[in-house]
Amino acid sequence: MSIEVRNVTRRFGSFAALEDVSLEVCTGELLALLGPSGSGKTTLLRVIAGLETVDSGQVLFHGEDATTQHVRERRVGFVFQHYALFRHLSIFENVAFGLRVRPRSRRPPEAEIRRRVHELLALVQLDWLADRYPHQLSGGQRQRIALARALAVEPRVLLLDEPFGALDAKVRQELRRWLRRLHDEMHITSVFVTHDQDEALEVSDRVVVMNEGRIQQVGTPQEVYDQPANAFVYRFLGNVNLFHGRVQEGRALIGGDSVAVPAHGDTPAGAALAFARPHDIEVLRPRAGAQGIAARVEHVLALGSLVRVDLRPDAGNEVIHAELSREDARGLALAAGERVLVRPREVRVFAA
Amino acid sequence: MTALALPSQPAAPAAGARRIDRATAEPAWVRLALIGLALAFLTTFLFVPLAAVFYEALRKGVVVYARAITEPDALAAVRLTLLAAAISVPLNLVFGVAAAWAIAKFEFRGKNVLVTLIDLPFSVSPVIAGLIYVLVFGLQGWLGETLRDHDLKVIFAVPGIVLATVFVTFPFVARELIPLMQAQGVEEEEAAVVLGARGWQVLWRVTLPNVKWGLLYGVILCNARAMGEFGAVSVVSGHIRGMTNTLPLHVEILYNEYQFAAAFAAASLLALLALVTLALKAWVERRFSH
Repeated sequence: MSIEVRNVTRRFGSFAALEDVSLEVCTGELLALLGPSGSGKTTLLRVIAGLETVDSGQVLFHGEDATTQHVRERRVGFVFQHYALFRHLSIFENVAFGLRVRPRSRRPPEAEIRRRVHELLALVQLDWLADRYPHQLSGGQRQRIALARALAVEPRVLLLDEPFGALDAKVRQELRRWLRRLHDEMHITSVFVTHDQDEALEVSDRVVVMNEGRIQQVGTPQEVYDQPANAFVYRFLGNVNLFHGRVQEGRALIGGDSVAVPAHGDTPAGAALAFARPHDIEVLRPRAGAQGIAARVEHVLALGSLVRVDLRPDAGNEVIHAELSREDARGLALAAGERVLVRPREVRVFAA
Repeated sequence: MTALALPSQPAAPAAGARRIDRATAEPAWVRLALIGLALAFLTTFLFVPLAAVFYEALRKGVVVYARAITEPDALAAVRLTLLAAAISVPLNLVFGVAAAWAIAKFEFRGKNVLVTLIDLPFSVSPVIAGLIYVLVFGLQGWLGETLRDHDLKVIFAVPGIVLATVFVTFPFVARELIPLMQAQGVEEEEAAVVLGARGWQVLWRVTLPNVKWGLLYGVILCNARAMGEFGAVSVVSGHIRGMTNTLPLHVEILYNEYQFAAAFAAASLLALLALVTLALKAWVERRFSH
């Protein structure tokens, strides 16, 4: 089942939640809608589900216009951020709900309902909880039940709103790997919303980065991380250092240093913003002839396998963050207050 | 005198001071005083009056009591009271649920006006409520002549009593449900619709089960008020014995005629009805809560 969103605009009063958004979701893929809060990602998900109306534009399921189709008829599975399990029904009845509300002609017989529900509960590995009630379950368990309930109606697409948002870090990690495996087994077209870039990059086939109601970039996790379309995408996908400088003849000039940017070979000379990830920052002991940005070590913090160093450049106020491997850090033996040279190994340049 | 006490060696309690057993508990005298105050209040304003009703009712003996409550006018009053409640409670149940559903689960223009309208019977004196109906449906009222031409009697008849009762008890169910439904949000309803449920199914299978205790409580309050309403009903009833007298009006008439035992007997019936409703509520809660 492919989904297509064409030029969708949705306003709430004067606030544009979605501004001329177009997107294609391919059959069987797992797509992440990634963006900060207020970027319109949840609205887009709800528009696809039919829970939100559009001011203009179209939603197509498998090439057919579904814009005016009722939620009920769209046959989507929706997993809500806070799960929205029916609190007065047992886990079994929660999962069975979608089958029980069918018109008599399409309702499976009781034995079939039982078989299906137990099958789904086994799929999410919670068969033993069938007789419990939602409030007796942990967050991770509720999440899996919500998924089982959504799958019970054999949806054509699966939509998940911040599926791991309310869980603690460890459960979240386990569950997203589990979701990825589940998707690999079932191959149901799925879209999930998240504000966590690690989650989006780890789980999805493709990522849609959104900001202020517009799509900024669509691509594989590798693409959006390595070739961000604009400054917003670059900054949103992980920590960054920002350098104000110039771009000239395929090189970025930053505070007395210059870094090759082959992609900008033809860009006319002018002011530019250069971004570098903390792990692309090199820290050197000053010696004669060495080039780099002169800076002073402000803070050294060992974090597991990494050592994070905060550096204050002599010119400018913005602290430069560097992440060094343990060996590099040991070799340098940095201490706060020492003078060093900083060199970005790789930068991405966007016009200022 | 030591100014400092080490944390590991708490200072010995001063002579006469009682040790506080738990960090969160108040001293014993505070607890006793508060409990005593609450009990005294309850006794004065609840238990004693309730007991007085039954005591006064039975003071002249069981025979007088039995005669007072089996006399035709008393029975007619009981019947009318039950009838008014039996009509107005289901009506308000339906209207209340509908209004609360609309207000809590949907956004629409004029919602605040609707909320204010629902509160109106609370803010208006019951006597005025009765008077409104007299002005509209009474012989000299707006619709008086039309009604007379069609041989319909509203004021000084059962329909007027039911109308007044419905008006006065209107907010009970809706007011009980609105905050509860608002707190629960619409996510479960949305989940139900996505799973294919129709509007009625959402109401029956999700919304109502989630508010059943609030609904039950609203119905109990509504019923209590419907059976006990005096002011509004008094204005529209006309106090025709055996015809348009409800139980509270019957109590008043007897009392004004110095038939104290009979008045208290009728009052005890009202009190009994209230106690039965409460017992019923307790039983339902115990029976159906898991």
